[in-house]
Amino acid sequence: MIQADLSVILPEIILALYAMAALLGAVYTGKDKLASTLVWSTAGLMAVLGAWIGFNGSGTHAAFGGMFVDDGFARFAKVTILLSAAAVLVMGQEYMLRRGMLRFEYPILVALSAVGMMVMVSAGDLMSLYMGLELQSLALYVVASMRRDSIKSTEAGLKYFVLGALSSGLLLYGASLVYGFAGTTKFAGIIQVAQHGEVSIGLLFGLVLLISGLAFKVSAVPFHMWTPDVYEGAPTPVTAFFATAPKIAAMGLFARVMHDAFGNAVADWSQVIALLSLLSMFVGAVAAIGQRDIKRLMAYSSIAHMGFALMGLASGTQLGVEAMLVYMAIYVSMNIGTFAFILMLQKDGRPITDIGALNQYARREPGKALAMLILLFSLAGVPPMLGFFGKFYVLRAAYDAGLAWLAIAGVVASVIGAFYYLRIVYYMYFGEEGEDLDRATSPVLWVFLMGSAAVMVFGIINMFGVDGAAAAAAATLVN
Amino acid sequence: MDNLLSIVTFIPAGAAAVMALLMRGEDASAQRNAKWLALLATSITFLVSLGIYTQFDPANTGFQFLEEREWVFGLQYKMGVDGISVLFVMLTTFVMPLTILASWNVTNRVKEYMIAFLLLETLMLGVFMALDLVLFYMFFEAGLIPMFLIIGIWGGKERIYASFKFFLYTFLGSVLMLVAMVAMYADAGTTDIETLLTHSFSAASFDVLGIHVVGGMQTLMFLAFFASFAVKMPMWPVHTWLPDAHVQAPTAGSVVLAAILLKMGGYGFLRFSLPMFPVGTDVMTDLVLWMSAIAVVYTSLVAMVQEDMKKLIAYSSVAHMGFVTMGIFAANQQGIDGAIFQMLSHGFISAALFLCVGVIYDRMHTRDIDAYGGLVVRMPAYALVFMLFTMANVGLPGTSGFVGEFLTLMGAFQKNTWVAAVAASGVIFSACYALWLYRRVVFGDLIKASLKTIEDMNTRERLIFAPLIFMTILLGVYPSLITDIISPSTEALIANFNQSLAAADLSAAPQTASH
Repeated sequence: MIQADLSVILPEIILALYAMAALLGAVYTGKDKLASTLVWSTAGLMAVLGAWIGFNGSGTHAAFGGMFVDDGFARFAKVTILLSAAAVLVMGQEYMLRRGMLRFEYPILVALSAVGMMVMVSAGDLMSLYMGLELQSLALYVVASMRRDSIKSTEAGLKYFVLGALSSGLLLYGASLVYGFAGTTKFAGIIQVAQHGEVSIGLLFGLVLLISGLAFKVSAVPFHMWTPDVYEGAPTPVTAFFATAPKIAAMGLFARVMHDAFGNAVADWSQVIALLSLLSMFVGAVAAIGQRDIKRLMAYSSIAHMGFALMGLASGTQLGVEAMLVYMAIYVSMNIGTFAFILMLQKDGRPITDIGALNQYARREPGKALAMLILLFSLAGVPPMLGFFGKFYVLRAAYDAGLAWLAIAGVVASVIGAFYYLRIVYYMYFGEEGEDLDRATSPVLWVFLMGSAAVMVFGIINMFGVDGAAAAAAATLVN
Repeated sequence: MDNLLSIVTFIPAGAAAVMALLMRGEDASAQRNAKWLALLATSITFLVSLGIYTQFDPANTGFQFLEEREWVFGLQYKMGVDGISVLFVMLTTFVMPLTILASWNVTNRVKEYMIAFLLLETLMLGVFMALDLVLFYMFFEAGLIPMFLIIGIWGGKERIYASFKFFLYTFLGSVLMLVAMVAMYADAGTTDIETLLTHSFSAASFDVLGIHVVGGMQTLMFLAFFASFAVKMPMWPVHTWLPDAHVQAPTAGSVVLAAILLKMGGYGFLRFSLPMFPVGTDVMTDLVLWMSAIAVVYTSLVAMVQEDMKKLIAYSSVAHMGFVTMGIFAANQQGIDGAIFQMLSHGFISAALFLCVGVIYDRMHTRDIDAYGGLVVRMPAYALVFMLFTMANVGLPGTSGFVGEFLTLMGAFQKNTWVAAVAASGVIFSACYALWLYRRVVFGDLIKASLKTIEDMNTRERLIFAPLIFMTILLGVYPSLITDIISPSTEALIANFNQSLAAADLSAAPQTASH
């Protein structure tokens, strides 16, 4: 019996054991000298695990009495999480090395938070939900303040920690209410209680508090305050990590709780999420207009994007989950390229985040500027880039679920949002003569930037089959 | 060849890819190569597209040269042309080589410039051929990107403002159409335009936010599409982006904008609004007709007081597009035939007028009307060409401009006499501003010192104008060249329109009785 359970969580166990072994190995041998090797081996292991889960997994298995569920939905999320985390690790390696920031703890913490994320998307119980969430969050708090000597970085870490703790508190409170009124912490049990769409007032309170806690993690408005500060303060590779894998995990967890535990009370939570979605889209679009710091700008951009992904979730249908998954997959692949670009920006060896420094960038670096142009239009959701298809899909899901007003609001917000992406294009292509940024580029970042841009263009041919995988994944969650 | 349309569409994109990936450097020889490659690609596109024209069967009112492939999300890659769209395809392939030739003097980032124009051609052709809602939307919207860059990089002094206004204005218009497309997909279960043309959307009235919507779904969808096409067209009062964009765009950009991009709005009305939402169209017809009439008169008056030649022609474009919407929404044979004719003829005439401005702008680097005068003394050939197109713009019989205006007015007269009467006065106004412009620029004494050494058109410029002159006069004296091709399709369109309108009225009647 235990063997069967363990075989279900084998990928998580492997990654966790690897992280501990790496920790011991690094402590007893070279410490930071080993860091580069660890980055590559961690990324390699995550990529292998991702491929393994993607190609080998099948069927739905529950382990530990339903606390841990391995189904198509979890696998889709895990593959995206692992691959994006691996990509971001590799991207940041050179940047951190050059600035003496590359400590051996970094890849290990990222690996541990990835374990947490994998547990999150597989959670079948409020307990495992909280375990995964906290494992992920604690690792993230530490990496946010990786640069101990930088005030901004430590401030980011502290802010993230305090607000994160608050959100965990909200979530825990909600979980305890749910437990109190449902009599069980298992999702399969909670859904029985809410069988006929009649949710008791206590359960409803618990649900709303749970949603608030989760909204913190996906940085949905009005729980988004930490995002710009943390994005700005954390070292750029860490920011890139924040913008990708944890977002998928939190979104995956969100979908799992809503559908597995409260799947019979869609009407109760769909309005709440629709409101979160609406606010996120508009605040993300409007607040970014005044930003000149590209990392803060990306923070608001991610808030707006989470709003769109939540639109899919708010529909409360299988199509909605499918749309959300497709959206997140596209969002992550765009962000990897965008952050590869941001990581390349430097002057005299120091990182540059002011978008004004991009003046005339296209004249000096036409290839990279073109790739960034494609990514920016994709982020704005302008066809024919892949970003448009993500938007189209969630709009369709929302409309089908009777949320036409949300769809209309969403497209209006996307027009407002287009302005600040265009402003970067403006600096790169139309700007006046500006300062010369460093030409030296890392081949790794170049590959990620170009690859991501190529995905945005050529993905429209058949989406690389992601739409089919997402459909299958959504079918296992919603039925 | 069963994928002729795709070949035509993607030749320019292929050339753009070759340019982007294989061509390096910014020196004179690289620039020359880029220009010749672009000219070659657009010319080949035109020659291949002649195959579409010759093999097209006007008697068949369905879609021809169909291509169909599965795509993602249950969408499909479907291309085809019918009598309404085939000539727009030809217009596009015809005008593009001329715009490349007109850009021969560009020296700034030539490679990128040519790539932008080649991609733009692919996207514009796609708009006229796409037979899937989302595919159409993709081509329609994607065209904004190269145009945004063309205005923003190679434009005039106020190019930043103009490019942002152009992009955001048109983007806002189109996203509402996207929501309507999603709604159509949900309602009909398909995005195939051929199927949607036979699908009848619900026209039962309902209330939205306390407002009673006559025509229900159809009216709402019509409005969403209208938001997009009216901005693109552009119709009064959402035309304000056009003068800015035109004035700031480089000559070739203005030519493409006026000759082809504006036609997408009119094409959209004919492809979507009329056949798919007949009830919605019927509900809104009066409003649109009056908006058109106001556009014709108002923008003609505005054109009269312009100091900038390009702005004047831009306003004149808005006025001429007013005739087009008037003809389309008259929804009868003369009106719609005339609207299509007017769009095609305006494609040649406005392109030529912007090129005329470009000729003297290249020499004097100003578009101020005051800076010119007496050009006929030094530039007789130019004066002649400019005269011809001024007359065509006014709608002189014997030029293609006359046929379009006459037919649309005739169509509108049957539908709403007052609208036609008001719009007809626009013809007189257009004579005022066009002839006055001509008089101020070309006639008079050559007294300005800066103009004393101005040169007449060179061979390249004459070569650009020759085909435009030929087409303008040919269509003016032999209009059935166009009407023979479009009439069967427009006849079918109008028959369907009237039929579904009658059917909707019948089904709506018992409902209204029960209220």
